[in-house]
Amino acid sequence: MISLSSYLILSAILFTVGVLGFMLRRNIIVIFMSVELMLNAANLAFVAFSRYLESMDGQIFVFFVMSVAAAEAAVGLAIIMAIYRTKETVNADELNLMKW
Amino acid sequence: MVETALFTVLAVGTVITAILVIIQRNPVASAIYLIITLFCLAGVYLLLNAQFIAIIQVLVYAGAIMVLFLFVIMLLNLEKEKKLITRHRLQKVLGVFLGIILLALIGMIFNSVLLEGSKGKFPPEKVAALGNTEVVARLLFTDYLLPFEITSVLLLVAIIGAIVLAKRQI
Repeated sequence: MISLSSYLILSAILFTVGVLGFMLRRNIIVIFMSVELMLNAANLAFVAFSRYLESMDGQIFVFFVMSVAAAEAAVGLAIIMAIYRTKETVNADELNLMKW
Repeated sequence: MVETALFTVLAVGTVITAILVIIQRNPVASAIYLIITLFCLAGVYLLLNAQFIAIIQVLVYAGAIMVLFLFVIMLLNLEKEKKLITRHRLQKVLGVFLGIILLALIGMIFNSVLLEGSKGKFPPEKVAALGNTEVVARLLFTDYLLPFEITSVLLLVAIIGAIVLAKRQI
């Protein structure tokens, strides 16, 4: 049987890749995909713990995380559409209206 | 033995495609690689005996959410952004460096914290006898009924919000 820590290491790597994409990319859509990657890393940790602690609560939590992710994707992509309509760009550097 | 081999293949596939997601210049290619990442993760969930979550992962994530992403990429005209050259070289180097530090920190947390606890009420044999989906459904409609109902309200709010935001004149 594969140890719990290998799953957690995979989850940590996935989360770090998501953070890197979030910080380094300029395209809002790719930034959004990086957020999905981080959510998936958290989901993986939940399922791994649920398996190794012999409890189903982790899987229920993953279910809720997924429904929140679906809602977030719908609203977030609508916001990206609205931004594109007014600013004609999806480059995060040019969306500096709230920059001090 | 087979389990270890499968896990290795799926883990390597997940990590490589996840890295490809963030280094691809073309957002469509990023989205396709993200779909492959999600499929590999569904395989990992199957290894963890979470069949229901694996199917939901393919249906909701790889199906619904990624189709939404591809639709939005299709609706936006991204030719201009594709040619955009980022000049932040120092930022990239620093970002990767800090990313490695973050990974080390998470690893240290996993190392220092005791990763054991009291076992729950669902050993694998019991789950296998009842069926994974049935156990999840029973919990969802008994112990977690209120969060489940609140989720429906959340989804309704998201639908209305998306429609209002996507309208031409608000």
